[in-house]
Amino acid sequence: MRTMEDIASYLREYDGRTLKLMEVCGSHTAAISKFGIRGMLSPKIRLVSGPGCPVCVTPSAYIDRLLELAKEKDTCVVTFGDMLRVPGSRGSLSAARGEGASVEMVYSPLDTLKLAAENSGITYVFAAVGFETTAPVYTLLLEEAIRGGFTNIRLLTALKTMPQAIRNLMQEGGEIDGFLAPGHVCAVIGSDAFLPLAKEFQIPFAVSGFGDRELLLAIYGLVRMAKEREAAVKNFYPSVVTPQGNLIAKKKLETYFMPCDAVWRGMGNIPLSGLLLKDAYKRYDAGSASLIEDKKLNHGCRCDKILTGKLMPQECPLFGRSCTPGSPQGACMVSYEGSCYQNYLSDGGNA
Amino acid sequence: MNKIRMEHGSGGRSTGELIEQIFAKAFSNEILSAMEDAAVVEGTPRIAVTTDSFVVTPLEFPGGDIGRLSICGTVNDLLMRGAVPKYITCGFILQEGADTVQLKRLVNSMAKTAKEAGVQIIAGDTKVVEGNGGIFINTTGVGFVPEAIDISSANGRAGDVILVSGSLGDHHAAILSSRMGIKNTITSDNAPLTDMVKKLLDENIQIRTLRDVTRGGLATVLKELAVSSGMQFEIEEGALPINLQVWDFCGLLGLDPLYMGNEGKLIALAAKEDARKALEIMRSAEYGENAAIIGEVMEPETESERGRLILKTRIGGRRVLDILQGEGLPRIC
Repeated sequence: MRTMEDIASYLREYDGRTLKLMEVCGSHTAAISKFGIRGMLSPKIRLVSGPGCPVCVTPSAYIDRLLELAKEKDTCVVTFGDMLRVPGSRGSLSAARGEGASVEMVYSPLDTLKLAAENSGITYVFAAVGFETTAPVYTLLLEEAIRGGFTNIRLLTALKTMPQAIRNLMQEGGEIDGFLAPGHVCAVIGSDAFLPLAKEFQIPFAVSGFGDRELLLAIYGLVRMAKEREAAVKNFYPSVVTPQGNLIAKKKLETYFMPCDAVWRGMGNIPLSGLLLKDAYKRYDAGSASLIEDKKLNHGCRCDKILTGKLMPQECPLFGRSCTPGSPQGACMVSYEGSCYQNYLSDGGNA
Repeated sequence: MNKIRMEHGSGGRSTGELIEQIFAKAFSNEILSAMEDAAVVEGTPRIAVTTDSFVVTPLEFPGGDIGRLSICGTVNDLLMRGAVPKYITCGFILQEGADTVQLKRLVNSMAKTAKEAGVQIIAGDTKVVEGNGGIFINTTGVGFVPEAIDISSANGRAGDVILVSGSLGDHHAAILSSRMGIKNTITSDNAPLTDMVKKLLDENIQIRTLRDVTRGGLATVLKELAVSSGMQFEIEEGALPINLQVWDFCGLLGLDPLYMGNEGKLIALAAKEDARKALEIMRSAEYGENAAIIGEVMEPETESERGRLILKTRIGGRRVLDILQGEGLPRIC
């Protein structure tokens, strides 16, 4: 039997072929920095951050549309806290709120119901951003809105699904030797959802939780699989993740949403990598389908290369100079879960 | 008189009634009761002076209220320079509509806390402004600094130990829980640290630096101390005292207890040879039962280590900690 000490020493002393492993979940990115894991690994194990922070991959055209809505008469944008600071091409929701735009921050989409009931003359547009993890919560809001006969609740969706993004990344020449699969996404869609990708690209996936030991164990498992070039999905988060996932949540997603093409900030349009409300629920949509155009990146910004693991944050010419958490130029510096934000905070964990 | 009206700020009869029925009753002492334009008090060659304004909502929260907070915050700031807190002045800004029954509770809470902290409230002022029932309090504090005392944020030396007087993030978590309507038993730690600091100084512990852990949390405060002393600070994740409920609350909301504020906790940098004794004194003092030694001050070996704060994680990783960035908002997923 191996102890955590054995695992830590294996990862520290690993001397096989150089492995580039990608974590595709923003919470993993944050947790890896938080626990100082990067500095515990052999130089031959490189961890890179993928496009798994929902805030980071939301295109600026979407933010611009939210800003327009927030400034419209009798319209209020409802959002989670971390969307407030994301820069669009004409500023952020937070800045617009300071100038009088109507923006409400909530902790749950269901809080929208209370707002909408109290102010029937105002249309509340929820900024529905996220992956398969967050999307089911929006279906609960829709269910309640329908049940309560609300006519003043809308969603502006920028929902993304993970497997297609990983496929695209590999098709575009991403030289990744293994993926740390997102634990929360897998809790909804099931670990089996990554099996076709493992087979197609002959590459291992390790499903990981978010604790220090869970992450270390999953990285260990992934290194062992990558070393042996084992094209499989292993579940290192069995307390939460099953092969099939959460059947109720999946059913709700199927009921309300359909796959659509989606623009990922820094990566462009990826076919069928998003979710859009089905035609039957179009009356609850605030025009999400029209937001496929993304504005150009800021001059010098390398978010596109960083989100796909081709560059490390420190290799971007803006990193730590004009681009800091206080004044983010690119998407990866905006959110706590962005790879640039975390690298800025922790020096890459190589202290 | 159930609600504050604009006339309570007129300076006339209603103001007099307000002062008499609420403030004078609670704060009564010889100096204040003279009702002069300014208080004239005994002094000392070295005094410490500090001021702070309190605007917290809700006004009353589990474990405390804005009144208690307005005394603790100012008293603790005086203590952090090694001063003996003596006098407090207070300014109230009341919005019309403020509830006088609640105001009375808050003022009584101030009086009780002042007594506990050993300070006299010697001057006060009340203004009423238009608005929606809000209550804001400013307090200014004066403390006497004994001659030999030299406690400052720049005084940390290589080899010193870093102590914290108790669990992190309690106040912040209590306020957030109240605002979000989350039911739990987390209470604010707002408390005056008079007893603890007095005991540390009475026992001649070699204290280099004292700092209360308020906004920005432990990491922000320690980073500032590392920068002002030009040293490298290392702390152990496993040694940090954190209430389990606060830990879970932070986990659910994606918050980091290292960046959550307290209102009754201090950090002390003490000479290594006094570490054990300092810890015993803190633990035996009021509000210090969970005090812990959490790290040490190191001589920087390279220029990049100067002013750096490192957290040694439980699994053996090393994380560089910076000051708080942004507002610490709940995350999306």
